[in-house]
Amino acid sequence: MSAAADSAIVVEGLTRKFGAFTAVDNVSFEIGRGDIFGFLGPNGSGKSTVIRMLCGLLRPTTGTALLDGIDVRRDPESIKQRIGYTSQKFSLYEDLTVDENVMFFGRIYGLKNRRLKERRDAVIGLVGIGDYAGRLAGQLSGGWKQRLAVACALLHEPNIIFLDEPTAGIDPVARRDLWDLLFKLSSAGTTLFVTTHYMDEAERCTDVGYIYLSKLIVCGQPKTLKALPEVTPGGHRRLEVECEESRQALERLRGVDGIADATLFGQNIHLLARDDITEADIRGELERGGIGAREIRQIEPSLEDVFVMLTRRHAGTPRKR
Amino acid sequence: MNMFRGFWAVIYKEMIQVRRDPSTRFVFLIPLFQMIIFGYAIDMDVQHIATVVCDMDQSVESRLIVAQMANTRTFDITGEVASERDIRRQIVAGTAKVGIIIPGDYGAKLLRGEQATVQVLVDGSDSSVANNAVQTSRGVGMLQSLQRAGVSGQLLPVDVRQRVLFNPDLISANFYVPALVGIILQIVTVFLTAFAIVRERERGTLEQLSVTPVSRSALILGKLVPYAIIGMIQTIFVLLLMRCLFGVVIEGDVFLLLALSVLFLLPALAMGILISTIAFNQAEAMQMGMLIMLPSILLSGFAFPRETMPLPIYALSFGIPVTYYVQILRGIILRGAGLWALWPQTLALAGFAVVLVVASSVRFQKRIG
Ligand SMILES: Nc1ncnc2c1ncn2[C@@H]1O[C@H](COP(=O)(O)OP(=O)(O)OP(=O)(O)O)[C@@H](O)[C@H]1O
Ligand SMILES: [Mg+2]
Repeated sequence: MSAAADSAIVVEGLTRKFGAFTAVDNVSFEIGRGDIFGFLGPNGSGKSTVIRMLCGLLRPTTGTALLDGIDVRRDPESIKQRIGYTSQKFSLYEDLTVDENVMFFGRIYGLKNRRLKERRDAVIGLVGIGDYAGRLAGQLSGGWKQRLAVACALLHEPNIIFLDEPTAGIDPVARRDLWDLLFKLSSAGTTLFVTTHYMDEAERCTDVGYIYLSKLIVCGQPKTLKALPEVTPGGHRRLEVECEESRQALERLRGVDGIADATLFGQNIHLLARDDITEADIRGELERGGIGAREIRQIEPSLEDVFVMLTRRHAGTPRKR
Repeated sequence: MNMFRGFWAVIYKEMIQVRRDPSTRFVFLIPLFQMIIFGYAIDMDVQHIATVVCDMDQSVESRLIVAQMANTRTFDITGEVASERDIRRQIVAGTAKVGIIIPGDYGAKLLRGEQATVQVLVDGSDSSVANNAVQTSRGVGMLQSLQRAGVSGQLLPVDVRQRVLFNPDLISANFYVPALVGIILQIVTVFLTAFAIVRERERGTLEQLSVTPVSRSALILGKLVPYAIIGMIQTIFVLLLMRCLFGVVIEGDVFLLLALSVLFLLPALAMGILISTIAFNQAEAMQMGMLIMLPSILLSGFAFPRETMPLPIYALSFGIPVTYYVQILRGIILRGAGLWALWPQTLALAGFAVVLVVASSVRFQKRIG
């Protein structure tokens, strides 16, 4: 009970079926107030479906979800004043201007007169869309549409905001601006639930969850997840190799007994190597192929490593190299 | 929670959208076209039927009866032919629909006081033309016989004069055009409302609205009211067209007519909402709208008299709101009927309004699945 009391979102055994197909399978997690929860998973894994159930748009087949202690199934209407939502696909009125959209949603949320104008100016300032206030929403570029959607979701100062892929297809500067805004909101106590496909965004979240084939396979703080024994099995460590001809190098290293995994990360290679494989072993193997290694260092697993390892374990296909 | 939360916001937003929507201009063009097409095409007065004459008598009497036929304006004498075979040939070719054959002894027989026969051949492939030709020629024959029986110059013993009430010239425009107002109104309102909501579903804005605290009734009423206003403007527009294009005068109380039109708009708009709760996209909404339109046109008494329908179809026609509105329109416009005469129709419309508005609000959910 006490855990639930200071949690913004508590989800228990949430399941949604579409006919015979289970889009979300027995998902449970808890998100604290002011957290930024990053929700990741491949296309079609069920992220949007989870968000839609939490917003009261879809009825869960089974399971419960509490938002601010209120049961979504039992009382979907009374959570609506407390949440903001931007959907994956732009879903504001394209034939209304930026300003008209903001004013419309402001009125819908019950804002009036001076307060309405104050909030409009505040959210337009926050996302920096003031220059486009008179433009039809349909004529905005993708990035500005996203910012408008966020502005409309912030109008009523909700406790919890759901953002379904807010940064998909927007430029790096806009992406950073948006994350700065999210941090600002989070430090003011707003809980954020964000889906994304970007690992660097996941690294910035206070908590992350990874959903795979409709099942939540891992959930927790990035630091905790990276320390999981399944991610770096006992007797193994992670190394980063900086070298030329990294594609060929990858092929060579994958053939080495004792190297459990080798993946390309940009120009570098990440290895999961048994402890008895030394730096010299790796250099030697590469030199036999005529490749010079510039640097080899031990590294922390990234969140991507975490998701890759756990997905493989979950799918039950330990790849043999 | 406030039941009408967001009502004004939705109305205001809807007004802006209607004003900006390029298809709004069709809201007035469509009734204009429908009025012209339906109004002029469904002219059921059959006149000027192409007629050929085979006069083998060529007497004063035979010319008299041909002249009388021509005077009815039902028949247009387009030519003289020499034989019955020529008549048949022209009817088959479609250049004539009626042929009048006057035998060579027609005048002589009449003078002798015997029964003389005029044969009228009618193309039965168009039933309304055929009916009219048969009726009119029979009338002309009767008239001739009576005049002759009463001896030349003397007044007829019985003088039957019919007087048709309310539509003295029996102009079919007077009969069809008022009903057309109802049909046009239904087409436009059902489609407008259905599209207005289905469009929001297609574009995802309904999903966005559904996560806000806007109430269902505010959402539905906020959609209904602007389209009801458009519907009323249209009613007035179509009534003006009726007056100006077809010269149909409203005999009764215009305000009663407008008030009952509002009552009719409610079930029509609610049907639009019902469609939008079933259809996933505008194409589906279009098909369902058509499904409602057909019985409304065919069974409401607009096109065919309901009294002549087979019993099951006749019973079905009671379940169509526009049936009652057509009766109200004809009642007020043609007969100058007041509310006291139209209360059964008024009650029926009110019933439909309640049932359909309730049904559409129940079906309309703030959920997407
Ligand atoms: N209304 C629906 N009816 C039937 N199936 C659905 C419905 N909504 C979603 N699905 C299915 O459920 C699965 C999960 O969809 P969902 O949109 O939640 O995935 P996602 O994780 O958000 O994917 P993406 O990264 O592409 O956005 C998909 O296979 C999808 O086809
Ligand atoms: Mg999605």
